[in-house]
Amino acid sequence: MDQTTLNIIVVGLSFALYFGIAIWARAGSTSEFYAAGRGVNPVVNGMATAADWMSAASFISMAGLIAFVGYNNSLFLMGWTGGYVLMAMLLAPYLRKFGKYTVPEFIGDRYYSNTARVVGVICLIVISVTYVIGQMTGAGVAFSRFLEVEITTGLYIASAVVFVYAVLGGMKGITYTQVAQYCVLIIAYTIPAVFISLQLTGNPIPGLGLFSNMSEGLPGGVEAGVPLLTTLDGLLTDLGFNEYTATTNPWLMALYTLSLMIGTAGLPHVIIRFFTVPKVADARWSAGWALVFIALLYLTAPAVGAMARLNIITTMWPEGTQGEAVLQEDLPDWFQTWEVTGLLGVEDKNGDGRIQYTAGDDNELVTFNRDILVLANPEIAGLPGWVIALIAAGGIAAALSTAAGLLLAISSAISHDLIKSVINPNITEKGELLAARISMAGAIALATYLGLNPPGFAAQVVALAFGLAAATLFPALMMGIFSKRMNSAGATWGMIAGLVSTCTYLFLFLGVFFIPGTNALTPDQYLFGIPPTHFGPIGALFNFVVAYVVSGITAAPPKEIQDLVESVRIPRGAGAAVNK
Amino acid sequence: MADNSGNNAYWSANLRLVTICLVIWALCSYGFAILLRPLISGIEVGGTDLGFWFAQQGSILVFLFLIFFYAWRMNKLDKEHGVDE
Repeated sequence: MDQTTLNIIVVGLSFALYFGIAIWARAGSTSEFYAAGRGVNPVVNGMATAADWMSAASFISMAGLIAFVGYNNSLFLMGWTGGYVLMAMLLAPYLRKFGKYTVPEFIGDRYYSNTARVVGVICLIVISVTYVIGQMTGAGVAFSRFLEVEITTGLYIASAVVFVYAVLGGMKGITYTQVAQYCVLIIAYTIPAVFISLQLTGNPIPGLGLFSNMSEGLPGGVEAGVPLLTTLDGLLTDLGFNEYTATTNPWLMALYTLSLMIGTAGLPHVIIRFFTVPKVADARWSAGWALVFIALLYLTAPAVGAMARLNIITTMWPEGTQGEAVLQEDLPDWFQTWEVTGLLGVEDKNGDGRIQYTAGDDNELVTFNRDILVLANPEIAGLPGWVIALIAAGGIAAALSTAAGLLLAISSAISHDLIKSVINPNITEKGELLAARISMAGAIALATYLGLNPPGFAAQVVALAFGLAAATLFPALMMGIFSKRMNSAGATWGMIAGLVSTCTYLFLFLGVFFIPGTNALTPDQYLFGIPPTHFGPIGALFNFVVAYVVSGITAAPPKEIQDLVESVRIPRGAGAAVNK
Repeated sequence: MADNSGNNAYWSANLRLVTICLVIWALCSYGFAILLRPLISGIEVGGTDLGFWFAQQGSILVFLFLIFFYAWRMNKLDKEHGVDE
């Protein structure tokens, strides 16, 4: 059986599983559609949250991001996990106690203003739509690479699959599908990593292997018994690269980490996952479980990165960096497989029949897409075809689970916050459920369209999503819980200040709406040397300052709002307040 | 609902706990892993320094511990102040 057939079988089986779950977990009420009936076990919700959170970027790209930069890109590891501490202590339990369905709903009710609600909806939609584009294109690419279909066809298949379980099951269907998707993706990620770790260090746990000593009998002049990271640093400096463990700019690294952490905590599609558990205490535990399941991948990723980097070097320099480089005809089979995709390319510039991989201009490994690290991991480790098929299913699962979560956040903001709360408050339960399903279908159609015609700025949009979540929703939610005095005008102007300052800074350097060539300023004019990707915490600061100043000079919120804040702060009554 | 003074004690206990947890959170990630890394560079872990370990693994483990510790402490506080369910 050839690899493509095997991939189709494994991916097809995973889809059959998702469809089965969709039929079993149909949503019969708005409570089930928006919040899975609030009956999800905290551990199960943790697992679903992990799949919801870990996107195609986490699964496919993160190990490569770390491998090619080393220490500095640890900021992704810390940034994308540390936000859960903020979410667990500052937002999730209180928002669960509030007992409603969406993030803008809290903003609208807490700030007793439909203006605040609509600003919240706008922020949510900008954040989630930009985020979902990346997921759709990621799923399309994964399909086309593993199933050998056109990217367009891949995207249609991905949309159709999400359509089935998201429209049918809403949050309930998505939750249980995400649990299955988590299992697929974590198994796919871990198996090759374990084998590579065993080969290199003899330690079956990749996270420990990263800090272990090298095994005996490895190629590339690698000395047994020397720590892996020391070996890697040595090889890289020999070839003219930066040391793997070296620091460059700690202050910028800290700022970027902070931007990712606050952004993570303010992402609506993750926050709403905590609305599905029965009690406030469950929301607290569930955040911990979510991080456990995320950590299983995030503790493995840096090991995958470092080990893959080492494997590449020893493949290219089988006699060590002082010896002769690899002969072009001796390159392993996976090289040929990936050269076809254009993600990997060699060019024998000096015509000696050997491929020299260095940091200089004479580097002959001319193309090396960092996504290959995870995708080609099973082949690099010499693992059988079914593991490769599993990676395909895992990559697709990671993209679909995140896309579904985002689509739910978008559609519930439209059907619940715009239609039910602002446009037609008299809508019936049945009418709202139908509206929710139609919004979901509309959101999928929009995401598919944007996936097929990605705006020219696809690379920058993730920075926008995190920056905006940090600068708009996070401060508004946090002040709504921790400051009883915060009023409607303060919060609304705060969100607007965060939104405008962040967009302005991004547009100044990256172009108006990211259209290339419309940027007014260039990177050497960064304010205090801060790149636009790192701007989130500064936008959040603007938000907080404006909110407190405006709130200070306007009237305090009414008594019933202060009572609402009081009640959000204590857990008792969360279960009883459900579904009223 | 419990009376207001009881809730105030509960809320300040919560704020104290959150503050302690977030100080540790910041110290391990922004501190040991990034800004204070040079200070602890003498401590060696598996072929590199402690700061590198904190950046790639340690801080994630600390985050995990903090969330579970917070959940456990808060659920206990809920009961002590009679606001659990």
